[in-house]
Amino acid sequence: MSVDIDTVRRVARLARIAVTEAEAEAMQGELNAILGFVQQLDEVDVSGVEPMTSVTPMTMKKRQDKVTSGNIADDIVANSPATEDHFFMVPKVVE
Amino acid sequence: MSIVDTRTPDPKRFIAGATGDWEIIVGMEVHAQVVSKAKLFSGASAEYGADPNEHVSLVDAAMPGMLPVINEECVRQAIRTGLGLKAQINPRSVFDRKNYFYPDLPQGYQISQYKDPIVGEGKVIVSVGPDSKGEFEDVEVGIERLHLEQDAGKSVHDQHATMSYVDLNRSGVALMEIVSKPDMRSADEARAFLTKLRTILRYLGTCDGNMDEGSMRADVNVSVRRPGGPFNTRCEIKNVNSIRFVGQAIESEARRQIALIEDGGSVDQETRLFDPVKGETRAMRSKEEAHDYRYFPDPDLLPLEFDEAYVEALAKDLPELPDDKKTRLMQDAGLSAYDASILVSERAIADFFEKVAEGRDAKQAANWVINDLLGALNKSGKGIDETPVSADQLGAILDLIRADTISGKIAKDLFEIVWTEGGDPAEIVERRGMKQVTDTSAIETAVDQVIAANPDKVEQAKAKPTLAGWFVGQVMKATGGKANPQAVNQIVKARLGIE
Repeated sequence: MSVDIDTVRRVARLARIAVTEAEAEAMQGELNAILGFVQQLDEVDVSGVEPMTSVTPMTMKKRQDKVTSGNIADDIVANSPATEDHFFMVPKVVE
Repeated sequence: MSIVDTRTPDPKRFIAGATGDWEIIVGMEVHAQVVSKAKLFSGASAEYGADPNEHVSLVDAAMPGMLPVINEECVRQAIRTGLGLKAQINPRSVFDRKNYFYPDLPQGYQISQYKDPIVGEGKVIVSVGPDSKGEFEDVEVGIERLHLEQDAGKSVHDQHATMSYVDLNRSGVALMEIVSKPDMRSADEARAFLTKLRTILRYLGTCDGNMDEGSMRADVNVSVRRPGGPFNTRCEIKNVNSIRFVGQAIESEARRQIALIEDGGSVDQETRLFDPVKGETRAMRSKEEAHDYRYFPDPDLLPLEFDEAYVEALAKDLPELPDDKKTRLMQDAGLSAYDASILVSERAIADFFEKVAEGRDAKQAANWVINDLLGALNKSGKGIDETPVSADQLGAILDLIRADTISGKIAKDLFEIVWTEGGDPAEIVERRGMKQVTDTSAIETAVDQVIAANPDKVEQAKAKPTLAGWFVGQVMKATGGKANPQAVNQIVKARLGIE
């Protein structure tokens, strides 16, 4: 499996990473090297093997239906570049 | 997913175009907010209406290093909903990340379920009608799946010229996405489906069904085709927030598609919005590249597993659902299908009715609840939970009728008094002297007075026995409606010599 330059551009766009044309070319080589490395796993026959979800057998932890946090609006918006009345403010996005 | 057409084309549902008949195909994705105190993966409150960002934990704000831990109650509610939809419950399901960027989605992905949802195929029986002949038709709408997912935050666009405001209170609240099969063939059927689904969820107590507050919203998929022909391209109408709008959106979207095809064009698969003011749908502004959500299993969450005993215990505790209740009311209480379906439309109405009917005549109770109580509630714009007349009070009124203490007519007046003033019906009857006169001699006196005052009518009545009714009316008037009508009738006939 290898990626072409268009796929590199598309993946960058989906991840919202700005990539110049020169960078895209370099990245295509890097990505293909990584994919080639991972591709070695294809040599193992895993037909009929359940995908592993955990190293140790365990069941998912669950929480009780109790309100245990909240009312920390000051903290929540503390890192926001712009806020008003505890709202985050972001450049306008209208659909 | 391959689409199976479960329906037979029926001309009564066709809509006429310029070049022939068309059939509407509708499927729905309903987002229903799970009734729970805390969110799906965090301990912040799921309650509606808090100040901005007050119901937000560090998990919901996607602070680095925060990990989701599932709320067991949300799992329980999803399973109960699945059981209520007669659906397959999957003992193992998987949470996936659905990746996209939007300011109200701080994680950059929504935790959802993709390939392995918690609930599989089920069905809902929908009663559509009445049609012009007053008939109802039962339609089976298949359920494709139900899965659990996180809600996103809310963006407010009208507070600032160049900025949008983001409130994450809803971020992470548990939603059930319920996906129907494309089994509906008209706007009426779609409305009936959504109504029924809402009723079932409310009976189960798994979603409050409050569409105004957004706890239930529907994405509606609409396409048109020649009757019985192959399916055409569909459009998805996003986030329709009332049952009425669902109907309007489908009608207008179907007409738009028919006009498009008949003019030689074709329908583009796209997402549209319904504008309730204009009553039409419009394409959403941004037509980005086809969505590529890059789903993959969320590495923060193990598969969700539970055993059969857990599901069985939940099944045992399920309340009686509207269909079963309706059947029982028809079979045991002898109610008509129409009356029964009105009474079961809301669990609170059914509970109210059953309390009134307990130990009393069910048909009479049904009549009073449907005609008098629901009629008055409708007129005053009140819900059953705000009724000024309690089930006990209405029951007491029925007891007074049954004991012949008051006539049916006086009972209506009594109902009005209880509605506006409250109080104990029996005590009101006593205090206001509304008791029916059953004392024969008092009625005889009243009858004799009317006869004596109207000798001409007495003569006429001998030739025309139906005039007895006039005398009964006069006596009822003279006694302020308190005389027992049957007794008056008998005495009038006896005195006039009519039999």
